[in-house]
Amino acid sequence: MSSTAPSFPAISTKPGVGLAWAVRDTQAMMWRNLTMLRRVPQLLVFAIVQPLIFVFMFRYVFGGAISSVPGVPYVDYLMPGIFVQTVTFGAINTAVGLAEDKNKGLLERLKSLPMSRSAVLGGRVLADATRDIVIVVLMLTIGFLVGFHTHTSVPKVIGGVALMVLFGFAICWIFAVIGLSVSNGEAAQAAAFPLLAPLTFASNAFVPTKSMPHWLAYWADRQPLSITVRGVRALMLGTEPTSYVWGSIIWSLAITAVLAPIAVRRFRNS
Amino acid sequence: MSDIAILADDLRKTFKDVVAVDHISLAVPRGSVLGLLGVNGAGKTTMVRMLTTVLKPTSGKGLVNGFDVMHQQQAVRRSIGLAGQFAAVDENLTGRENLVLVGRLNHLAKAVARTRAAELLDQFRLTDAADRPVRTYSGGMRRRLDLGAALVTHPPILFLDEPTTGLDPSSRLDLWGVIEGLVSDGTTVLLTTQYLEEADRLADNIVVIDGGLVVAEGTAKQLKSRLGDTVIEFEFHSPADAARAADVLGSVTSAGTIVRVVMSEGPETLRQALDRLSAASLVPGHVALREPTLDDVFLTLTGSNSGDPS
Ligand SMILES: Nc1ncnc2c1ncn2[C@@H]1O[C@H](COP(=O)(O)OP(=O)(O)O)[C@@H](O)[C@H]1O
Ligand SMILES: [Mg+2]
Repeated sequence: MSSTAPSFPAISTKPGVGLAWAVRDTQAMMWRNLTMLRRVPQLLVFAIVQPLIFVFMFRYVFGGAISSVPGVPYVDYLMPGIFVQTVTFGAINTAVGLAEDKNKGLLERLKSLPMSRSAVLGGRVLADATRDIVIVVLMLTIGFLVGFHTHTSVPKVIGGVALMVLFGFAICWIFAVIGLSVSNGEAAQAAAFPLLAPLTFASNAFVPTKSMPHWLAYWADRQPLSITVRGVRALMLGTEPTSYVWGSIIWSLAITAVLAPIAVRRFRNS
Repeated sequence: MSDIAILADDLRKTFKDVVAVDHISLAVPRGSVLGLLGVNGAGKTTMVRMLTTVLKPTSGKGLVNGFDVMHQQQAVRRSIGLAGQFAAVDENLTGRENLVLVGRLNHLAKAVARTRAAELLDQFRLTDAADRPVRTYSGGMRRRLDLGAALVTHPPILFLDEPTTGLDPSSRLDLWGVIEGLVSDGTTVLLTTQYLEEADRLADNIVVIDGGLVVAEGTAKQLKSRLGDTVIEFEFHSPADAARAADVLGSVTSAGTIVRVVMSEGPETLRQALDRLSAASLVPGHVALREPTLDDVFLTLTGSNSGDPS
């Protein structure tokens, strides 16, 4: 039966899905997923509207009333929280993108191609991580404009950016599972908020946890977003122990290690 | 070299407790067109998904171009083109970018992918719109682009899932012409459809499925001869009358107050039916003549309505 392999006189279709192909397929999918960003960069403005509102609210509206932030001006305390919140919310993009691709039948077409199986999800998540980097750099610039100062070295600040992008990457895998479990982009959006609210608001991103009720502070001190915010503060401000950097890295790797295989299984079976 | 391009041997697919495809076997000779005909929910898309390696069958065996759909997936994928039920093109990319992307994901060299994209755009009369985002395309243009994307590697075997559903009549005619062109080049095609007319026009052989099972198969001519050309519909004032009429008329089917008779012997069938009704002193409230529809295929083949009349 092996003699029935098709022959293409004009076009050669090379066999095999080696690592090199997987990388190339992933690049092709990343390129495709970043098209909107390349073509309509103005859309980035919409991506930072929500964090901008938060900056305005906390920096200027509540900021005066929020006292007793340890060691640094409130704006310095706030901005790492805003950054991490921004990459976390950015992961909704992963869920919406995958749900829409599924809804439009694109995933079906991709599955019928001799491309690498990992490239569809990999290309999605890596494109969203790339988008995160662009957005974080924008937000960092805005932070400097509203009076944010880092208190450490440039390499450490870059390390802080890397830490939050890694965290965003991990969260993307959670959202990949959500995107593959719902039927369209709107449903993905709706499913995202109940997950994001306890992560971002019940945290130390905007205010210290010691003013919170006991039960809430218990969660807010231990959950991964808070730990990442503290890690970023450690790297950008030097106000927290560096153990939080490691804590955040472990959380990100653990989330990825658990959720990525689930997402891949969902993709294969959906 | 096997002359069967697509073979399904007792394929079955269940989703938890839903049986999407119960037991379906079919064979498509190389260079021929098979029409898989069935109403919504019959299991057509699930069949296509299993044969194109998109879904793993629960049990059974599928061979495409001689390759096993479960164990030789890559070889199957290199042998086929798939145009799914919905035009699977990226709205934000241009037509050209869509085709180049599919070419790249088929592992063609960049230059080859570009050349091929230009050829296909030309073939499907999309050259003028080639560099516009697909978002701006009409439904017919999207379908043509989607079909183009399925043809990037010149696959010897093509799967088309409801290629014309949702298109206006002129776009449908247009797409039929395109598909006929492919077939004349020797491509093997498995197409699914809800329209008897479409299967009639395009397919050499037709397999009718319902509830995940094959209920009939044959050429369009054979199937239509089972249907007769026209259906007579008698409507009665009460279900009781209708039931009695169904009895009197024999080999007919009834749904509520309507009794249908296939006009297998032309006008003679009508005369006989009216004679028998008046002998039983049954008077229909309304009589109509209808061309056979897919629903009549089901009425005749399964003895029941397809469930979803829409
Ligand atoms: N992923 C799925 N999960 C659960 N049920 C499904 C799934 N896909 C299809 N079905 C069910 O299987 C049956 C056949 O569906 P399908 O193959 O899409 O039919 P068709 O294409 O003929 O309309 C339907 O009852 C449908 O609801
Ligand atoms: Mg279908």
